[in-house]
Amino acid sequence: MASLDLEVAAREVKFRDPNLARQLASQIARHTAEIGRSPVSVMHVCGSHEQAIAKWGLRASFPKDLNVIMGPGCPVCITDMPEVDEGVALARQGVVIATYGDMVKVPGTVLSLSDAQAEGAEIHVVYSAEQAVALARRTSKEVVFFATGFETTAVATAAVVRGPLPPNFSVLSAHKYIPPVMEIVAEMPDTRVEGFLAAGHAATITGWGVFEAFVERHRIPVVVAGFEPLDILAGLARLVELIRDRTPRVVNMFPRCVTRAGNLRAQEELWSVFRPVGGRWRGIAHVPNGNLRLREEWARVDARRRFPIDLTGLWDYAPPTLAASCICGDIMSGIASPKDCALFGRECVPDTPVGACMVSSEGTCKIWHQYGGIPDLGGTL
Amino acid sequence: MCLGVPGRVLVVDGLTATVDFWGIRRQVRLDVIDQPVAPGDYILNHVGFAIRRIPAEEIGETLALYETLLAEARKDDLMAADLRAEMSATAPEGRHGVS
Repeated sequence: MASLDLEVAAREVKFRDPNLARQLASQIARHTAEIGRSPVSVMHVCGSHEQAIAKWGLRASFPKDLNVIMGPGCPVCITDMPEVDEGVALARQGVVIATYGDMVKVPGTVLSLSDAQAEGAEIHVVYSAEQAVALARRTSKEVVFFATGFETTAVATAAVVRGPLPPNFSVLSAHKYIPPVMEIVAEMPDTRVEGFLAAGHAATITGWGVFEAFVERHRIPVVVAGFEPLDILAGLARLVELIRDRTPRVVNMFPRCVTRAGNLRAQEELWSVFRPVGGRWRGIAHVPNGNLRLREEWARVDARRRFPIDLTGLWDYAPPTLAASCICGDIMSGIASPKDCALFGRECVPDTPVGACMVSSEGTCKIWHQYGGIPDLGGTL
Repeated sequence: MCLGVPGRVLVVDGLTATVDFWGIRRQVRLDVIDQPVAPGDYILNHVGFAIRRIPAEEIGETLALYETLLAEARKDDLMAADLRAEMSATAPEGRHGVS
C-alpha cells in the first residue's frame, strides 16, 4: 500500500472514513515494525485523547509493539494532596468553596472536599470561573474559586480575574502548565518515552512553537493532534514515522485549529495574571515551572494571601491505608497501567475512588474502567 | 475538559456572543479569542470562553464528532458528560455576568 502523505491527510481528515482508518492503522503498524525495537513507547498528555482512544477502541488497532501511554494529562489527577488540603482547610474555616465537579471527591492528605462538605462546609460545584463569581455576588460570605486545569482552562480564570469582581471573591489556583512536565517525563529513566502526542486544543492557545525548545533539548518528536479518531490515528502514524526516521521535530497535524504562534491574546491574558512556579504534581515529581500561581499584582484576589491557611490541623490523622497502595503516580508517569494496580476495579471504583485517577472523567483509571483499556475488537479496524 | 464544544454565533455584543449549541442559546465570552467573530461563524467554547473560530470548511466534520458524542445513549459516558459540562459553563442568555 502506498504511504499516505500524512500532513496532507491531516488537512483532509474526515471523521467517518473506515477505509482511511484502516490505512492509517496499517501505516502505524508498518512504521512501528520498521523501527525494529519493542516496545516503542509514545505518550499523550490529554484526558480527552485517552477518552477518544478508549471510547473508539483504537488500542485494538495499535501493533503490540507500540505502547501508547496516557501521561499526566488529567489536571484533577495531578492536583497535589496539599493543594486539596488548602481547599479543605479554607472550607473548614467557613469560606465557601466553588470548584469544578471532579475536584470534590479528590482525596487530600486526609480529607476530600466532599468529606469537608459532610462535616458541614459549604462546597459548590461550578462549570466555569464566571459561575463562581456569580455565586460570590449572591452572598456576603467569602467565596474562593478553587481553580484547576491546564493552560487552556487557566486562560478563562485569567480573563475572569481581570474583569470586575465582587470584593468577597478570590482564587485558590491549582492550575498547571503542561510543557514543563513533558521535560520531567522525558528524563524519567523508567518511562523511555520516544515521542509525544500533544493536545490540539491546548496547542490552540500556546501554539505548536512552544514545543520546539523541548524537541531541540530532548531530541524527541512532538506531534499535535486533534480528538477525532482519525486525527489521533493520523497523529500517531506521523509520530512513529518521525521516530523511525530519527528526525525529531514538531509536526502540527491539527492545522484546522493550531498555528505556530497560537492565540496571542489568550497568552497575554494568561501571563498577565499567572506566573509559573515550581511545585509537586501528585504522584509525578516536583515540576519546575509546572504550577500557575497568581502574580503579585493580583494579590488582592489570591486566596493564599487573603487567608491564613492552616494545614497542620489536617495532618493529625494517619493517611487512609488503601491510598498507600495506589499507583496513580506510576500510571501517570507511564511506568504502569491500571491493570497493574491491585485496587483497580476492586476497592477502587468510580463510586468509591481510592486515587485521583479514578475520580476524574479525564483520569486514566476512570476512563479504562468505563470503556476498557485494550479491547479486543477482533480486527474490526 | 480539553475537548471544548463548538457552537454557531447568532449575535455579537461587544465581548459577549449569543451562541447556538444544538438549539440551546447560551452566552459565551469573547475576551480571549484572537480572531474577529461575526454571526454565522462557529466557535469552540471552553469553560465559557470562545478560544478559536472553526474554519467554515471544517465545520461539518467537526460537528459530526460532537453529534456522535451527544447522541451517546449511556448516561455516564465520560466524553458526553464533559461536553455537557462545557455547555453548562456558558451563561444563560441575557444573564451574562450577573447570573
